[in-house]
Amino acid sequence: MTQHDADGSVPALRTDRLGRRYGKVWGLRDCTLEVPAGAVAALVGPNAAGKTTLLEMIIGLLEPTEGQVSVFGQTSRADTAETLARVGYVAQDHPLYRDFTVADMFHLGRAMNPSWDQELAAARVDALGIPLQRKVRRLSGGQRAQVSLAMALAKRAPLLVLDEPVSSLDPVARLEFMRDVMASAADAALTFLISSHVVSELERFCDWLIVLSHGHVQLAGPADDLLAAHRLLTVPRATPDAELPGTAIHRTDSDRHSTVLVRAGADQLAAQGRPGWQADPVSFEQLVMAYLQRPTTVTTHDDPAPAAERPGPNTKAVPR
Amino acid sequence: MFRFRLDGSSGVPPYLQLVHQVRQSLLLGYLREGDRLPTVKDVAADLVINPNTVVKAYRQLEHERLAGGRPGQGTFITATATPVAPEAQQDLRASLEAWLRAADEAGLDDEAVTALIAVARQDLKKERVP
Repeated sequence: MTQHDADGSVPALRTDRLGRRYGKVWGLRDCTLEVPAGAVAALVGPNAAGKTTLLEMIIGLLEPTEGQVSVFGQTSRADTAETLARVGYVAQDHPLYRDFTVADMFHLGRAMNPSWDQELAAARVDALGIPLQRKVRRLSGGQRAQVSLAMALAKRAPLLVLDEPVSSLDPVARLEFMRDVMASAADAALTFLISSHVVSELERFCDWLIVLSHGHVQLAGPADDLLAAHRLLTVPRATPDAELPGTAIHRTDSDRHSTVLVRAGADQLAAQGRPGWQADPVSFEQLVMAYLQRPTTVTTHDDPAPAAERPGPNTKAVPR
Repeated sequence: MFRFRLDGSSGVPPYLQLVHQVRQSLLLGYLREGDRLPTVKDVAADLVINPNTVVKAYRQLEHERLAGGRPGQGTFITATATPVAPEAQQDLRASLEAWLRAADEAGLDDEAVTALIAVARQDLKKERVP
C-alpha cells in the first residue's frame, strides 16, 4: 500500500505513532513524523534521546513495539530484504573489517546487495584518492567514513541514514565528509536523514529539522518555516508567559528584563506585542537549544495520560 | 567561473547571502549578462552547503529576473545592471574614507556612524518623494 501526502507526493520517510519499549522503559514513544523526498533532514537530540532507537527502526534493524515506519510509501518490516535494500546506512563507528582491503569491502557489498553499483563505489574512492588495495586498518578515520558513505551510496537506496557520521572525525575530515554528502545530495535526488548532537554546523547542511528529546519529537518541519515561526522576545521581567504572544518555549530572566523564545507568527506578534518589547529573529542554534532545554511535560512510564489530558506546552514554566 | 562564499557568523540565512552576492557583483561589474553561474552541485560541494539552499537562491534570482535557467545548460545572468564606473567608484570611496576619518576624530563609534548614515538616507528618500 502506498501512502500519499496532501499534495500527492510520497514522503521519503513517514513514521506513525512509532514506539519502542525496552522492558518497562520506552526508548521512543508516539513518534509521528515525515521527511519529504529530496530533503536533507537533521535529527538532533542529546544522548539517550531515542535517536539511535528511531534510526534502527527506520533501517529495519529493530522491530517497533508499536506504530510503523514507511519508506517511500512502503511499510517497513524489520529484517526483511526489501526493507534493508531501500535504506542505505552509515553507522556511527563506520564498521569495516580491519584486515579487508577497500576492494574486499566492496566485494562484500556486492555480494550482500542485489542493486550494488560497483562503478559508483570505485569512482567515488578513486575521486577521493583512496587506493582500492589499501587495507581498512591503514585508512584514516576520515577515509573510513568516506568508504562507508561510498558503500551506502553504492547500494542505490533512495533514503540514506547517517548516524552521527562526523562525531569521531577531526574538523578537516568532517568538512570533507560533509562535502561528499552535500555533492551526493545534489546529484541524485537522494533523501538524507543525519543524526547529530553537534548543533552549530547543521544549519548549512540541512533543510529539514527534527528535534528529539526524552523519547519524544519536540519539533519537526522545514527549517526555514520553523525559524520564521519563532522569535526572541525581550520583555520586562515581570511579564508572565501567558501575556506573551504565541507559546513560550524557553525563558531567561535577568534582573529587569527577560528574554523569551516564543513560537509566534508575525500576526500574533503584531496583535499582542507591546511598545518597548523587542522581537528578534532566532538563529538555528538558539531554536534547537531552546527546544532541547525545554522541561519535559511527557511521561516515560508505561501508562501515560491520554494525549488530551497531557499538560500543554505552556503549563509548565521554567523555574525562575 | 563565479564563486560564492559564505559567512557563518553574519546571521543572514545562507540562501540570502548567495542572492546578495550576485546582486552586489552585478553592481560592481564582476558579473555580467550572459555569465554562467556555477552548478548547484558545484556550489554545494564548494561551500559544503545543502544543495536545496542553492536551488532556493537561484529561484530567488530568477524571480528577481537577475538570472534564468536554460534547460540542460545551467543558470545564466540575464540582467544588465549598470555597474558603477571604476573612476566614480574610486572618487566615492575616497570621499567616504575622508568622511569616516572625520567621524572617527569627532568621536563617533561604528554604531553611531551606521545610525547617522541610516538617518541621512531616510531624509534623502523623503526629499525625493514629490
